[in-house]
Amino acid sequence: MRILTQGEGGLVVELGEGIDPAVNARVHLLSRAIASRLAGEVEELVPSYRSLLVLHDPVRVPRERLVEEVLAIAREVEATVAPPPRRVVQIPTRYGGIHGPDLADVARLTGLSEEEVVRRHAAPVYQVLFLGFTPGFPYLGGLDPTLATPRLDTPRTRLPAGSVAIGGAQTGIYPVESPGGWRIVGRTALRLFDPHRENPFLLAPGDGLRFVPVEELEVEG
Amino acid sequence: MIEVLKPGLLTTVQDAGRPGHRASGMPVAGAADRQALRAANLLAGNEPGAAALELTLLGGTFLFDEEGIAALAGANMAATLDGAPVSTGVPFRVAAGATLVLQGAARGMRAYLAVRGGIAVPPLLGSRSTYLRACFGGFEGRALRAGDRLPVGGAAGAPRTFTPAECALPPLPYPGDAVTLRVILGPQDDRVDPEGMETLLATRWNVTPQNDRMGYRLDGPPVRLRGGADIVTDAVVPGAVQVAGDGKPMVLLVDCQTTGGYVKPFTVIGPDLRRMAQARAGDAVRFKPCTQDEATAALAEERRWPST
Repeated sequence: MRILTQGEGGLVVELGEGIDPAVNARVHLLSRAIASRLAGEVEELVPSYRSLLVLHDPVRVPRERLVEEVLAIAREVEATVAPPPRRVVQIPTRYGGIHGPDLADVARLTGLSEEEVVRRHAAPVYQVLFLGFTPGFPYLGGLDPTLATPRLDTPRTRLPAGSVAIGGAQTGIYPVESPGGWRIVGRTALRLFDPHRENPFLLAPGDGLRFVPVEELEVEG
Repeated sequence: MIEVLKPGLLTTVQDAGRPGHRASGMPVAGAADRQALRAANLLAGNEPGAAALELTLLGGTFLFDEEGIAALAGANMAATLDGAPVSTGVPFRVAAGATLVLQGAARGMRAYLAVRGGIAVPPLLGSRSTYLRACFGGFEGRALRAGDRLPVGGAAGAPRTFTPAECALPPLPYPGDAVTLRVILGPQDDRVDPEGMETLLATRWNVTPQNDRMGYRLDGPPVRLRGGADIVTDAVVPGAVQVAGDGKPMVLLVDCQTTGGYVKPFTVIGPDLRRMAQARAGDAVRFKPCTQDEATAALAEERRWPST
């Protein structure tokens, strides 16, 4: 574990090397612990694969003091086995057809049938490692390695919101219409980001997530 | 209401930004030159972080339906009100039916137009800032177009009246000048070898046309890294300096994504980031290391401005 600096108001607590679900689970544990125990001293907490950015106001909270407090909590968390996700969000997904135009390519590239690709994609409980790229975009851990598929040579300029896609060894869901180079295997009608909802973000870092195959795409509203 | 007759090059509604949602992937956005936003607002009689217009390089033309008080700060765009010059950094009274015309900036990149009462677009997640990439916030999530009609709020509670002398900002550099940006080392300074760090700190970096509210690409000699430019993606803040695979630095600005996958040798301190945001293609920047104490003192000084 080490503490790095990002600007006058940022501490980066690195809890491990590489992309490891167990390390990431401790990042979320650390985030929750700091949020509850140092609520008055930190302004924002931003988790990523293996580290937590702790933002604070250096004029109000001296950095040396915060480093000591954060280190103490991080040492406790390091010795802990993180519990499983507190909730698992179900993502009803229409695979293939017009909603998953690249499912056939993914089947061809992996040497599996389309049905088997869907079965393996919908089998695991994924971990929302963190959100980034665009508001509400989940970086998911847990894709079956046999489903890893190279990205498109030429990214699409417009992917519809709710596109469920595979890119390299990762899978994700596009919250808003955006460009993208991942292969689209399906689509969900759930809105991962809706600015007019009381909680605009469907997912939170540390959530579990499962894709549930459905026959019909039920569009909200 | 303010009617947009000509939108200028890139005009958006911006306020003090939208912190608090980075863990959900939502960038902070807000005025790229936060101190010029404060100046324009205080002169117009608003709270310092009220929503105003951020104008980029080339202003635009705006018709005021109602009388009011307005102020400009930041880059000087040679504004005229019904043909009469108005000064940047001095509040002015606007009559109903008056037209404000802004030209191209002779130096600097961004100007702020504040009107008393603020631009009253609906706040989203606690801010009226526009985040262009997600078409979110501000006026319909986008840059202004001709024909847009902007609501103006009721008279806001200004802390007190500020004078132009109190709200004066340091002059912007002339085109081609090099500005110095103070940086704090980290988080990945260990991924740059000593020669690479020497390159970063000794070079007069040219500002390229590849710049926007997300970041500024700089040009100069390639920076030598240890073990490539890719890192395990982690959180980034505005001001972070990324070195990508081509060895060229990029200074992230207020619309930057919340996470990134390139080496970040150092971070421009918050109070100095406005100098980057006011630079344009053809200008230059230098990086100068500073201590945590120096950065904290600069931040405290920025907040005391203008002295109340």
